[in-house]
Amino acid sequence: MNYLYYPGCSLKGTGRAYDESLKAVCRALGITLSEVPDWNCCGATAYMSVEETRAHALAARNLSLADAAAADKGLKRDIIAPCSACYLVLAKTLHALDEQIETRVLVERALKAGGLDMPKAGLQVRHPLDVLVNDVGLAAISAKVKSPLKGLKLAPYYGCQLVRPYAAFDDQAHPVTMDRLMAASGAECVDFPLKTRCCGGSLTGTVPDAGLRLAYIILKEAKKRGAHAVVTVCPLCQFNLDGYQDKIAAEFEEVAMPVLYFTQVLGLALGLSERELGIQRGIVPAEPALAGRR
Amino acid sequence: MTHHDKKGAGRFEPRIVAFFCNWCTYTAADLAGVSRLKYAPNTRVIRVMCSGRVDPQFVLDAFSRGADGVLLGGCHPGDCHYAEGNYKTLRRMRLLERMLKDMGVSDGRFRLEWISGAEGEKVKTVVNDMVAKVRALGPLDLPGKFKDWDSELEGLARSVHASSKEAAHVR
Amino acid sequence: MKSASNGSGPKIGFYICHCGTNIAGTIDVEAVREHAAKLPGVAVSKGYKYMCSDPGQEMIAQDIRAQGLERLVVAACSPNLHEETFRKAAAKGGLNPFFFQMVNIREHASWVHEDKAAATQKAEDQVRAAIHRVRFHKALEKKRVPVHPDVMVVGGGIAGIHAALTAANAGKKVILVEREATIGGHMALFDKTFPTLDCSACILTPKMSAVKGHPNITLWAYSEVTKVEGYVGNFKVTVKRKPRYVKEDLCVGCDACIDACVFKEAKFPDEFNQGLSKRKPVYLSFPQATPKVVTIDPKTCIQLKTGKCKMTCAAACDRKAIDFGQKEESKEVPVGAIILTTGFDAFDPKRHEYYGYGRYPNVYSALEVERLVNASGPTGGDVVLRDGRRPEAIGIIHCVGSRDEHTNKWCSRVCCMYSLKLAHLLKERTGAQVYNFYIDMRTPGKTFEEFYDRLLKEGVQFVRGRVAEVNDWAMTREEEGRLVIRVEDTLAGFVRRIPVDMVVLSQGLEARKDALDVRRIFNIGCGSDGFFQERHPKLAPVSTFADGIFIAGACQGPKDIPDTVAQAGAAAAEALALVDAGHVEMEPNTSRVVEEECSGCKSCVPLCPYSAITFDEAKKKASINEILCKGCGVCAAACPSGSIRQNLFEDDEIFGEIEGVLS
Repeated sequence: MNYLYYPGCSLKGTGRAYDESLKAVCRALGITLSEVPDWNCCGATAYMSVEETRAHALAARNLSLADAAAADKGLKRDIIAPCSACYLVLAKTLHALDEQIETRVLVERALKAGGLDMPKAGLQVRHPLDVLVNDVGLAAISAKVKSPLKGLKLAPYYGCQLVRPYAAFDDQAHPVTMDRLMAASGAECVDFPLKTRCCGGSLTGTVPDAGLRLAYIILKEAKKRGAHAVVTVCPLCQFNLDGYQDKIAAEFEEVAMPVLYFTQVLGLALGLSERELGIQRGIVPAEPALAGRR
Repeated sequence: MTHHDKKGAGRFEPRIVAFFCNWCTYTAADLAGVSRLKYAPNTRVIRVMCSGRVDPQFVLDAFSRGADGVLLGGCHPGDCHYAEGNYKTLRRMRLLERMLKDMGVSDGRFRLEWISGAEGEKVKTVVNDMVAKVRALGPLDLPGKFKDWDSELEGLARSVHASSKEAAHVR
Repeated sequence: MKSASNGSGPKIGFYICHCGTNIAGTIDVEAVREHAAKLPGVAVSKGYKYMCSDPGQEMIAQDIRAQGLERLVVAACSPNLHEETFRKAAAKGGLNPFFFQMVNIREHASWVHEDKAAATQKAEDQVRAAIHRVRFHKALEKKRVPVHPDVMVVGGGIAGIHAALTAANAGKKVILVEREATIGGHMALFDKTFPTLDCSACILTPKMSAVKGHPNITLWAYSEVTKVEGYVGNFKVTVKRKPRYVKEDLCVGCDACIDACVFKEAKFPDEFNQGLSKRKPVYLSFPQATPKVVTIDPKTCIQLKTGKCKMTCAAACDRKAIDFGQKEESKEVPVGAIILTTGFDAFDPKRHEYYGYGRYPNVYSALEVERLVNASGPTGGDVVLRDGRRPEAIGIIHCVGSRDEHTNKWCSRVCCMYSLKLAHLLKERTGAQVYNFYIDMRTPGKTFEEFYDRLLKEGVQFVRGRVAEVNDWAMTREEEGRLVIRVEDTLAGFVRRIPVDMVVLSQGLEARKDALDVRRIFNIGCGSDGFFQERHPKLAPVSTFADGIFIAGACQGPKDIPDTVAQAGAAAAEALALVDAGHVEMEPNTSRVVEEECSGCKSCVPLCPYSAITFDEAKKKASINEILCKGCGVCAAACPSGSIRQNLFEDDEIFGEIEGVLS
């Protein structure tokens, strides 16, 4: 199996552990990732709200490069975008190019100016969670699990962008794909009704009072429900939940809840080392929670 | 509205004869009316008690008298007011469809649809869809073709007659 | 092919109805009238504002007499509405009523088309078709068929009980068939009824015992109809009587067997109490169950499952009523009319998973709460939550499974009112703060609005907004350990989080899960919402498209008890009118064989689903039994020699119509 890979800025920065663990898991499962050459910003953050068409053009450049690379190397035309923001913006641009004539015309002109072609129909943006569960399959993954994570209780946290507005592969309010994948890894998911609640997003930086509160509620509820760690699919969620726990402790209470990427948990079950998976990069140490679980 | 009319002027308006069974499709068309749904005015409905009453000859007669399409509406399988009349319709009409094809009446000019009494909306979509498709196919005009064929035959007869006379003369 | 064109023929009268502006607003009725006037054979062509009115009918009758009209064509609404009206007008003028053809230019033209020219063209074409057709019409007579005097009622809720009692009081023999072990239906579950708050049992149970004691009513509980044959006035119904493993004639419902059951403790969910309590394999649904006969559940009874029980129940019964050898029985009964009162299903609130039903123990369905507040319910009317606590704040969420694009679009009509009733009862029993979350308050019934007003004065809180979710995670300390209702308060204009201890989901009403199967058995229709379809929403609300089969109560659509009882009375009256007449007139659209033309090929014989066609071996001809024939015309379409004719739908009539429409 081979896929195009669009890491996005987070995975090269704060979300390095996600990049490392995703690549390690893919290697272990026999998936080849070909990074899109010369990729640029996906167009997320505020750009989409300020200048939609230009943001689409930015995203479309990535799509165009990916499509060209796929044609060049004869790859499957599925782009894996692990960051929820990248995943959403790229998908949104694909929809816009398909549905809005005006956007299509303007973006086509912009791409042409840069010597690029419009991405062709059939190009898809996929989340690694979708690829692992629906392409590789739980049965194939279970077969490769070497050290099931017995007794590890996780709060599965999906964040907002993965399922909204496009619920491409799961339910909008109560997604379960990660729950199933974690179960295949031998871990147990606690009942977590806050799966798709806001993590604080950019508010942790801009309106810290509101942002921290949102992050705190998710962490506190995870703890109340007996989770040893929160497991997530998005670098911003991970950063918000993991990175502000000292401030949360000062403002509300001490939670001490490790926040892992789902690829890290899966990697552990597949028998990969904590180093390979970047477990040590977490601000709240996950090692105590993981000790003796494999 | 007027804009539409202008645009529509000169456009081919197919004539579609529709045989509707009393209990399901006719009732559904009544329901479409009561619900004030709007659909293309090209059908002319002939009411029968059961789609099973529709003799293939009715369909052929409609085509030969100038219909561009024939729509037959009955109850869904298992829902026939007369237990199984629509199954008989299905069998008959499958055969008729093959025959129509052999006769050069293209697919889409004859259509069999199951529309229950509750499906006013389906009457609208089916009629609109069929009108659009038959419009795209253009006029069938079997009466015109019959006339052409007749004159062709007459011409042929005349030439045969003439040549046989000639032959007699030579002899 | 037979030609339908014919110069001289019968004198035809044509009438076009304007239907106020319903037709005349879209169709140029004057143009259609002129068009018809020029057609061969048309002697009179007139328009009128309301053709179905008395003056309209009178005009037709007079013209027939004065002008000697021999055929009648009326262009108006659907024949399903007024065919009979104009047939009568024809008869009044001295014309055979079947020398008439109706053209539907309202439902099929003026109401569904916007382009006036095209609609007028369509009307003209259809009118021409009818005028061509009507020439071929023959004089026919309706046959009279005797009617069986007995009535069957299917479903023993309040609708069925009322319909059965009404018909029985009129002296008719009634068979009441109920699927469950007892009659009573949903109404038997309630403690109080809105808006009067009178005790449900006090008004229902006397009617239940009246059914049991009525000399004219045969009650078959724990039974289901499996087959209906025959036709209006002469149905043959097959009823499956499920085994109770208890002899109904011997059991007195004394409970001795229940006490003696080898299960010392009740351990199976009690369906009657919505699973809020337990029962034994041998049980009586509730003390007033009618018939008061115990039932043994084959799914949980050890003897019935394994055959290895000490059968202490049987030993305890001094009347020897318990019979493990009982078998399912099938009974066939003739009846003249059938009333269907099969009721509704409550919406399963699990389908709205964001309300947490099934996940959070203190989220209740309204039916569960009906049992919880019921004086004879599992807690004796004491409102104790599943976790043993008493609620201090309660949220009642309206429209669960109603007015929702994703599930059921319709308003279930009773939920606002029963939510108010539950709000009152819960507040009265617990003193809790009670919130109602509603989209719109719908209280359009006698003294309903006054009841709403009373609740407002009692201090029940009302929040207008559709609840987004019920969850158990806390944003504040106050919310910890409670259920939180998240809702946009559309009057205050902001999103609120309201912590409560108990949530009540006011489930909507929907069609029974097996309504589609039941409707097939009785050959009636269901609407797109799944409820049984009435023949006409206004003018034939309890009739169906199957003559002799009537519907009443919530099987036809959501309704409250007063409306249900009123409808049940109406259905009983319709059934009585049918059976009391002693005979029915059948539409003469049956088929017949023209013997001289029959080749004796027998193609028609197996086609008839009613076995109305037989083959006379001596004459080598087919023949059709007019009484058995239901008039579908399948045989007429199939006859290779064209020797089968269907009255009202003869070949030349239909060919005439085709020619007319296309000429």
